Amino acid sequence: MTSEAQFFERQFGVTAADLARYLGAALERGGDYADLYFEYQTSSSLLLDESLVKSATQGISVGVGIRVLSGERTGYAYTDDLAPDKILHAARTAAHIASGPARTHIVGLRAAVLSRPNLYAVPVAPAELALEPKLELARRADAFARGFDRRIEQVRVGYADELKQVLIAASDGTLAGDTQPLARMNVFCLAREEKQSQKGQSGGGGRVPLAFFETELTPETLARRAAEEAIRQLTARPCPAGEMTVVLGPGWPGILLHEAVGHGLEADFIRKKTSAFTGRLGQRVASDHCTVVDDGTLPGRRGSINLDDEGAPSRHNVLIEKGILKSYLQDHLNSRLLGVSPTGNGRRESYAHMPMPRMTNTYMLAGEDAPEDILRGVQHGIYAVNFGGGQVDITSGKFVFSASESYLIEDGKITAPLRGATLIGNGPDVLTRVSRVGHDLQLDQGIGTCGKDGQSVPVGVGLPTIRLDGITVGGTG
Amino acid sequence: MRELIELARGVVALAQRRGADEAECVIQHGCEFSATVRLGEVEALKEAGGKGLGVRVFAGRKSASAFSSDLSEAALARTVDSALAMARASTDDATAGLPEEFAAAPNGAAGLGIYFPGTAAIAPEAGIALARECEAAALAADPRIQNSEGGSFEASESHSVLANSRGFAGGWSRSGCSLSAVPIAAQDGQMQRDYWYAVAHRREALEAPDAVGRIAAARAVRRLGARKPPTGQYPVIFEPQAARSILGHIAESVNGDMIYRQSSFLAGKIGQAIAHPSVTVVDDGRKPGGFASRPYDGEGVATRRTVVIEKGVLQSYLLNTYAARKLGLRSTGNASRGLAGAPGISSSNLYLEPGATPAAAIIQSVKQGLYVTELIGFGFNAVNGDYSRGAAGLWIENGEFAYPVEELTIAGNLSQMLLQISAIGSDLEFRGSVASPTLLFENLTIAGQ
Repeated sequence: MTSEAQFFERQFGVTAADLARYLGAALERGGDYADLYFEYQTSSSLLLDESLVKSATQGISVGVGIRVLSGERTGYAYTDDLAPDKILHAARTAAHIASGPARTHIVGLRAAVLSRPNLYAVPVAPAELALEPKLELARRADAFARGFDRRIEQVRVGYADELKQVLIAASDGTLAGDTQPLARMNVFCLAREEKQSQKGQSGGGGRVPLAFFETELTPETLARRAAEEAIRQLTARPCPAGEMTVVLGPGWPGILLHEAVGHGLEADFIRKKTSAFTGRLGQRVASDHCTVVDDGTLPGRRGSINLDDEGAPSRHNVLIEKGILKSYLQDHLNSRLLGVSPTGNGRRESYAHMPMPRMTNTYMLAGEDAPEDILRGVQHGIYAVNFGGGQVDITSGKFVFSASESYLIEDGKITAPLRGATLIGNGPDVLTRVSRVGHDLQLDQGIGTCGKDGQSVPVGVGLPTIRLDGITVGGTG
Repeated sequence: MRELIELARGVVALAQRRGADEAECVIQHGCEFSATVRLGEVEALKEAGGKGLGVRVFAGRKSASAFSSDLSEAALARTVDSALAMARASTDDATAGLPEEFAAAPNGAAGLGIYFPGTAAIAPEAGIALARECEAAALAADPRIQNSEGGSFEASESHSVLANSRGFAGGWSRSGCSLSAVPIAAQDGQMQRDYWYAVAHRREALEAPDAVGRIAAARAVRRLGARKPPTGQYPVIFEPQAARSILGHIAESVNGDMIYRQSSFLAGKIGQAIAHPSVTVVDDGRKPGGFASRPYDGEGVATRRTVVIEKGVLQSYLLNTYAARKLGLRSTGNASRGLAGAPGISSSNLYLEPGATPAAAIIQSVKQGLYVTELIGFGFNAVNGDYSRGAAGLWIENGEFAYPVEELTIAGNLSQMLLQISAIGSDLEFRGSVASPTLLFENLTIAGQ
């Protein structure tokens, strides 16, 4: 019995016998597989703006999602009422997808035992704490940013956390639970000088206790980074337009991997042959310098998960090894239809959503070059170190991401800061242009949220300094 | 509906008994249905319902909120208490508080034409049939379409209730349904995806599935053979589907929260010419049958028609009660509201008034330039108006489409872009709450080769 199973039994009276009964109802019209995803989530958030609490909220959401698979078909229903009649009704609704005599029987549920330590054993999750200590962190960030420079005119500090308890029971006997804490803090600064206004932002967090913000990533650090970016942008000049050499700094610029290759390697797109990476397994999709992994097993990271939302343990998956495409990101449905093993990437936003293949923490392994050498070798180009969001069209392979902090490189030296610009490239091709990889791999600070089909899940990215020989940069200069 | 309104009133009274000076309760209740068909086979069916309650309390000048999907008595008491505990730990904010004036007839959405009971209660087979017909039309439209992300039909009904300690108590309902197809065209090793869709408040008002599928197919096929355009300064036409995003950027830039924080390039520009004299932008919260129409906003303030830009001159911001007080203005009835947190601000039915020129004539007027059909990425900065986004579309030579283009960016600054809108199409059409006709920008920076 997992502790989450005990929790749902104690709080909502859901017993092991009930789980089997609900799975039975889900499969009563046929189908190959059924699963139940119980979720109990507490969350809180806070917004400090103009040094005032503009919003403070906390809440609870609870529900169960029921899925029936029959071949390539999925039937899905959910309810936020855990009364047995409501769950049975949802199970029968999901069962509508299947027809004919039952083709599978339910294997006795066995609690999964994870053979490795909990990736986020947080004794007290931030979401279980009162407002005061979180407000104190926000105030510290606010005070630091305001005192940083007289040109900082506006400061906004956001804080949000959640604690999810999930229980997964499936007709193949899977019984698994996980308790997932998550916390994040963001600082936004607006700087003004004469008629110029610029913004700067910094955020971070992970599956961590609140003490993380005392020891690992303090409010002052976030505030300083946000304020510095805003101040620096005041003197930024328009970014050039056209194809050019771009050096990406370490850490969050790893969003390149997420957009350019990660989404295109999700197995639902591969199975449907709608991704530009379809049929490319074993082929070169990047230069020799590039080894890219998706790794859900990093302790405390925002994108990490002990188990995916279908009960499969997360893994360290090598997607691209020395430039050769090695593996796709799988969930239960697609791995079964493709006849391969699941990779622990079946994720969903909540009980109201169907699972699908999603990334966890996606990063490129470190190379051997010194970052200074990489920059020194560029005659004319752009050094981009911080980014906003990105997006990809997985069918054409075209992706974009927006640089919020970048600099001109002239004769191997970093010179003028540049205003915001979008980089656009072609996913299956862009990593073949990686000519140098630094030894300075960094993971991002813990701010990533990935959207797909209207579902958001927390993710991480990471990158060493890399040089891209030719990508289109969209500025006005 | 009546029961939900009574429940909301009860929660407000409970909050006051437990020590709130003022309180407000929102309840959202809804159900959804969706069917997806891919290559003719059913891929997914979803059917479900849910509800949630949020409560916002004021203790003196301090406020906080809490929400729960569990509406049992014990859960409601816990929710109210946690909101009160947070409020007491919060800061005084003299601007916060419930509105002074409320909508008059808050019970139901009569007259707006946005609710048709039973819209989401469709037989699964009927929903599947619509999705299948839509996808089939796309697949049959052109031999270069052999694959698809599918055809979908979705329907929903939602009920929203609001009550507060100043005596406001009301509720309204909305229904909606949509149909879409996402075909994939392939030729010479290149794949291109596009989509088309229809939306309505009731099934009978949806466009025919085969028409939707055919348009989706034509949009995907016309992208085949796309290449990078030249880099340089060119006139750029946004088709209506792409021009909507410009309206979205305007909405963000006139959002009262951005204005009182001085975080928008349009802050303080009321009465100034910020766009070409041919540009008029309206936000109409009461547009009959509008996809964002509702009798009152997220705080109970009556929705209304607000002229945001008239003949190029900025006339109004979009405001909720808080932002209005900050700016010494009246709320425009644009408070948005989820279950959690303080009210935000969002546009309602926001559109740019059509011009007299047919879109075809605008295209013919361009000697060499870009026709944008899709934008990707998040490259708009409302603080200073900087604009740089990824795009795909068609290259224009001598007034005609010459070849499709992709992997390009368009850059400019919205403050200058709005002034150089030199032609506005006559083709305004609502396919959602935000709509724009075809727009021509005289000169933007395109980065390609």
